Amino acid sequence: MTAAHPNPHPNPLPNKHSNVQSRSQTLQREVLEAPDVTRALTRIAHEILERTRGGADVLLLGIPTRGVGLAHRLAHLMGAVENREVLVGSLDITMYRDDLRLRPARALARTEVPGGGVDGMLVVLVDDVLFSGRTVRAALDALGELGRPRAVQLAVLVDRGHRELPIKADYVGKNLPTSLREQVTVLIEEHDGRDAVLLGPGDVESPSESPPADQEGPEGA
Amino acid sequence: MTRHLLSAGDLSRDDALLILNTATELARLADRPIKKLPTLRGRTVVNLFFEDSTRTRTSFEAAAKRLSADVINFSAKGSSVSKGESLKDTALTLEAMGADGVVIRHEASGAPHRLAGWIKGSVVNAGDGTHEHPTQALLDAFTMRRHLGNLDGRRVAIVGDVLHSRVARSNVLLLRTLGADVTVVAPPTLLPVGVDGWPCAYSYDLDAVLPKSDVVMMLRVQRERMNASYFPNAREYSRRYGLDAARMAMLPEHAIVMHPGPMNRGMEIAAEVADSVRSVIVEQVTNGVSVRMAVLYLLLGGNDSAIGPPLGEPAIDTETQA
Repeated sequence: MTAAHPNPHPNPLPNKHSNVQSRSQTLQREVLEAPDVTRALTRIAHEILERTRGGADVLLLGIPTRGVGLAHRLAHLMGAVENREVLVGSLDITMYRDDLRLRPARALARTEVPGGGVDGMLVVLVDDVLFSGRTVRAALDALGELGRPRAVQLAVLVDRGHRELPIKADYVGKNLPTSLREQVTVLIEEHDGRDAVLLGPGDVESPSESPPADQEGPEGA
Repeated sequence: MTRHLLSAGDLSRDDALLILNTATELARLADRPIKKLPTLRGRTVVNLFFEDSTRTRTSFEAAAKRLSADVINFSAKGSSVSKGESLKDTALTLEAMGADGVVIRHEASGAPHRLAGWIKGSVVNAGDGTHEHPTQALLDAFTMRRHLGNLDGRRVAIVGDVLHSRVARSNVLLLRTLGADVTVVAPPTLLPVGVDGWPCAYSYDLDAVLPKSDVVMMLRVQRERMNASYFPNAREYSRRYGLDAARMAMLPEHAIVMHPGPMNRGMEIAAEVADSVRSVIVEQVTNGVSVRMAVLYLLLGGNDSAIGPPLGEPAIDTETQA
């Protein structure tokens, strides 16, 4: 490309087609098992309802890929408690990423906003792993183009630390202290056939050099 | 590592589906209050048009602007080309201005290929002579998929001036890649000599092909490229190869009618057909913007193109190896 960005880090990014699945199963440790994931999500669902007083104007927006499945799971849990439908959708952040120019352009995911849009709603962004915070920054930019929510909150299944931006989650399933050398992989039923959070050795040196959390999974893109 | 979109034949099935799926997501942008993405901010796209065009040039311009690229429009009229500047010198001038992408339309077949060898940016063929027009084929395939779903096994008739049609050539190549069965229909004088070697069937009889077609694509009779008599007169052509209401009635219930434009109403297509509910001609124009956004995004959005054949090196990140 003409506008190439030199990359000071000699480590190649983990190949998205590499055999992460087998590595994750052999070397990675299961820090949350399926029942733990369910319990964490149930607690977050209750926390959201408590903090938003029933969540009448809550709109859950999952960040693809795995954030979308988690958002639907939360919506279902919240709906069961309040006995009504909770609005849920997805927000693709690909076009707003700050590392677009570091790799070939990638495929887009679906942005789906239900009901009357985001204006005046309390939007809760849902993602699987909170790491550098760059994904969330991109999500805030993407959201700003869709309208003006009353407020925006953030729910994540795992917060692994190493923030590079002043971003903090409102609802956290599990705080997981990690080293930068480690890799967190979230598996969810809808996508990977089972629920789990795995921690294992990675080849990543800085959060911003890593693929976004949802791309660390076995399915890759 | 620069890649280009020069021919629809260069696209693998995966590439083509990536473009079409990306375009599907980008088409949804039209429903948003802000129909713009920041993705190509700071990149420059030059529209280099040596031939007249309204829809293709404005479509590329709209696509680049919706992705926040800077757009420079260059048309041969009123430029140094009319003073005799060569394509190469024009290209080097644009290169010196820092064009990241060049969208070129030229009356000479192969001009985009030549240009691709001279400049560092990505070249997108927006129609070269009677050779190819890959983004038109992509937007046609996109439109077909919207109406018919998967194109595997779908039957597409491309009718009319196949000889001079870059749209036909690109469509035959792309639709074959996507699994459709294409039949080109024309009078013998308007089929190219090597048509037996194309990955499609051909016929001289429109009435026989219509009842088993899911899509009928009418081509414009390109008078400006005709320097000989290819058919006796317009009325005779129209009677045998024009799509009128009676012929349209022979199509299956679900079939759609397409035309790349500009239309010669009354010649290859009757006005009542062009304006009928089966006609998706206006939609083709709308879809053109989404498809061209997808192409520009995939070529220019990252540090390297996400589509097209690799040139020399395998597809790995050169920077990370440095």
